[in-house]
Amino acid sequence: MAHAYTPGLKVTERVLVKKRRILPLKGEVIVKVGDKVNPEDVVARTHLPGNVVPINVANKLGIPPEDMAEIMVKKVGDPIKEGEMIALKKSFIKFFNTPCEATVDGTMESVSSVTGQVLQRGHPIPVEVKAYVQGEITEVFENEGVEVSCYASFLQGIFGIGGETNGVIKVVTPDNKAILDDSLITDDLSGKIIIGGSLVTADAFNKAIKVGVKGVVVGGLDDKDLRDFLGYDIGVAITGSEDIGTTLVITEGFGQINMASKTFELMKRHEGETASINGATQIRAGVLRPEVVIPAVGEQQAVKDEAPSDMSGLVAGTPIRVIRHPYFGHLGTVTSLPSPLQKLESESMARVLEVEFDSGEKAIIPRANVEMIED
Amino acid sequence: MAKFDKSDDVKVILATDCGSTTTKAILIEHVNGEYRLMVRGEAPTTVEAPFEDVTMGVLNAVAEVEELSGRKLLDENGTIISPAKDKVGTDVYISTSSAGGGLQMMVAGVVRSMTAESAERAALGAGAIVMDVIASNDKRLPHQQIERIRHLRPDMILLSGGIDGGTTTHVVEIAELIAAADPRPRLGSSYKLPVIYAGNVGAREPVSEVLTNKVDLKMVDNLRPVLERENLGPAREEIHELFMEHVMAQAPGYKKLMSWADAPIMPTPGAVGLIIQTIAEKYGIEAVGVDIGGATTDVFSVFRPDEKTPVFNRTVSANLGMSYSISNVFAEATLPMVMRWVPFEMDERDLRNRIKNKMIRPTTIPQSMEELIFEQAVAKEALRLAFIQHKNFATVLKGVQQQRTIADAFAQSSSGATIVNMMTLDMLIGSGGVLSHAPRRQQAALMMIDAFLPEGVTRLAVDSIFMMPQLGVLTEVQPEAATEVFEKDCLIHLGSCIAPSGRAKKPGPIMKYTIELPSGTVTGTLQYLEMKKLELGVQENGLPQTARAILEPERGFDCGAGKGNRVETELHGGVIGIVLDGRGRPFDLSTLSEKERVSHLKKWMIELDIYPQEKMQDR
Repeated sequence: MAHAYTPGLKVTERVLVKKRRILPLKGEVIVKVGDKVNPEDVVARTHLPGNVVPINVANKLGIPPEDMAEIMVKKVGDPIKEGEMIALKKSFIKFFNTPCEATVDGTMESVSSVTGQVLQRGHPIPVEVKAYVQGEITEVFENEGVEVSCYASFLQGIFGIGGETNGVIKVVTPDNKAILDDSLITDDLSGKIIIGGSLVTADAFNKAIKVGVKGVVVGGLDDKDLRDFLGYDIGVAITGSEDIGTTLVITEGFGQINMASKTFELMKRHEGETASINGATQIRAGVLRPEVVIPAVGEQQAVKDEAPSDMSGLVAGTPIRVIRHPYFGHLGTVTSLPSPLQKLESESMARVLEVEFDSGEKAIIPRANVEMIED
Repeated sequence: MAKFDKSDDVKVILATDCGSTTTKAILIEHVNGEYRLMVRGEAPTTVEAPFEDVTMGVLNAVAEVEELSGRKLLDENGTIISPAKDKVGTDVYISTSSAGGGLQMMVAGVVRSMTAESAERAALGAGAIVMDVIASNDKRLPHQQIERIRHLRPDMILLSGGIDGGTTTHVVEIAELIAAADPRPRLGSSYKLPVIYAGNVGAREPVSEVLTNKVDLKMVDNLRPVLERENLGPAREEIHELFMEHVMAQAPGYKKLMSWADAPIMPTPGAVGLIIQTIAEKYGIEAVGVDIGGATTDVFSVFRPDEKTPVFNRTVSANLGMSYSISNVFAEATLPMVMRWVPFEMDERDLRNRIKNKMIRPTTIPQSMEELIFEQAVAKEALRLAFIQHKNFATVLKGVQQQRTIADAFAQSSSGATIVNMMTLDMLIGSGGVLSHAPRRQQAALMMIDAFLPEGVTRLAVDSIFMMPQLGVLTEVQPEAATEVFEKDCLIHLGSCIAPSGRAKKPGPIMKYTIELPSGTVTGTLQYLEMKKLELGVQENGLPQTARAILEPERGFDCGAGKGNRVETELHGGVIGIVLDGRGRPFDLSTLSEKERVSHLKKWMIELDIYPQEKMQDR
């Protein structure tokens, strides 16, 4: 039986995974090359500049902006505390002096004698970067971050939601064709990454969020359900920042579609192991796919890399899957590749191929609408 | 290569457009007294790793042109040969570019609907993608604005604000926000972020004090010197200059490309805007151009609100497109609006999945007729939404005090009203895969008619192979060649649409017409909610045939001369001919019952031969 996967999407039993863990701004790296790290370990940290809070002192004190220099008590760069006086408008009688107070803890950023505006900078905001995968630090980028490497089983999905997380793999459907419904979600799945078959139902996903499942990896999902539990429609495929508590990775597409057997078998072999997953997807230039990384542990680390699969284009005999209607999801084998353009039912002229489906039925399909399948 | 002198005798022109995925090259030659497109070649763009040199893709595309034309263009060192002699070399080489994400800008102004909007117009007109508009009254708190500036990392910022001699405080305040954000450029960290100041001249000194040490500050004339007038030219020129100097110079291989080219390399959408402006000017017409892509839809327009001065506008609808953004079109338009164009029922759950699968696998194509009809329905909505955005943006200047008469009070016109007038619009040009590659040209015409709803008499055309960018930059060096090739080779003339504006309560005649077609004079009556097609083709040289027409709308209907008034005009033909659209304007399908809607859609599709008849009758 053939096993489907989208061209360019990796499904590999063993590969050297390298993850760059970089700070948004320069900071401090707290591990060194050779250190062993776990997913939750902090590898680098920094401080983002604090928020800027303006305060129009000239307006507040009723003075012309040109007089700012005379009334400022704090200078640019001085530390300030909320409620502390930063400017003072003096009067002949001390009792009538009017102060202006800081509204945040932090430092004085700037004083303007044109606008009368004072910018206060809040305290720096700490940011930490975690290792994300279990592995070894193989490179340190000074003040910027690190590279974590590990040998791992690796799989890219086609679409996902939710950010980085990790947990122990648990296969919950009997096979790659079964539907992952709510009856399969039990309380003991809390903290796990669960693997389903052809579709996860809305009820099942909601229950998974409720019991604290860390991640769901499944063949397909109905878009209507996705909208229902996100509360909005995803317009453009840029995801990863959704805050729903559970990360979702779809391996095949929208609608009910069997998880590729190769993917399902790979997950089954690694049941009980810890995986790191990320649902972040960007389908634009610089494409980013959701992923599942299952680092090898112990002796497994010493095993050699899997030979790269030979994907040498479409030829007669290549197993394929159709990825658009009217044969969406059908599996078959290429029987011929006529080279002249052919007229489709839609009257578009396109390069086509002839396919024999597993059912024995034959059809002509545009080449743009198929994916090669790996055995 | 010696820089080109406009007075030179130009016989051969080579032009390229480096897109984000494909580099396209065209060869134009002067033969038998006219400029014509000879061949076209393309190759993948090579800006990204492992090549990281845009000129490789250019040379590959040029090599294909060489092969197809038999003209030797490259010497043994891989350099473009110039000038042209017999079958060797070219007189002019020019290029546009949108590779590496194009030109990404942020604009800032004091009042959102006044100076900030003028700044946005300047940036869009120069071909930029406007990532955000910061204004004193944009309802965000200063720290949120600062966060946004820091987060976006634009290629440059255009700062405006205040009329000359007006307030300086607010614009300096915005400058302070930019300084506090300390923004970094997107490409390379070796240079300071360019900021163009085009605001109140009186605020130059304080703005310069605030920004000089933090950014690379350039000063140009105020883009809104007085409330009543925009002066966008100097800001646009500076944007182009900085685009060449900073953005292009940072992208791999561009220095070499710039040294080859005989004119400055222009951002692709800026060049498209130029050709549309040139055409509108040359023929004294009003024109709308649209380019619908996978991710975005660009709309360009030239209108003459005061009947004299042409006003150019461009908008980019960043999330309206046919593949990457198809799901967003669906989300914004909503299901019923898309499905109103489809003459059969489809299951919502299934449809939603199909849309999302197109989004995650953007390169698939419609195989069945049902899929094609559905995809074209989505395209109509994408175009409609992009045009609404354009209409809202292309307005008379806001904030200008107007003297009103009692008549104006009834007309309800207001400051900031759109200048887009579908009745005076002369030409509608479509481009982008779904329009250019529609299996039948009628489909492209109907998509444009349904989405834009032209009124009166409007010419329709599509740009078959998207060479408007190259022709746009060519207008800078050889405008004659650019317009000639545009008319004869770039455009596929579809024909003209005649759509009387007005509504009827019940079926009946809305217009009588007499048209002197080359095959004989045709007279007839157009009924309400009826669509008809008449043959009027193209001449041998690629230009459309023409025909005199007399249009006599019924009372309550307008063909351009006022309700019920007769119009005598010249119609332009094309591969489709004349489309008579009797559906009235404003046109609203929702007023029809479900049964009527389906039956009318089928009738129109059959009459205009949009889809195969048997497919319409099956359902």
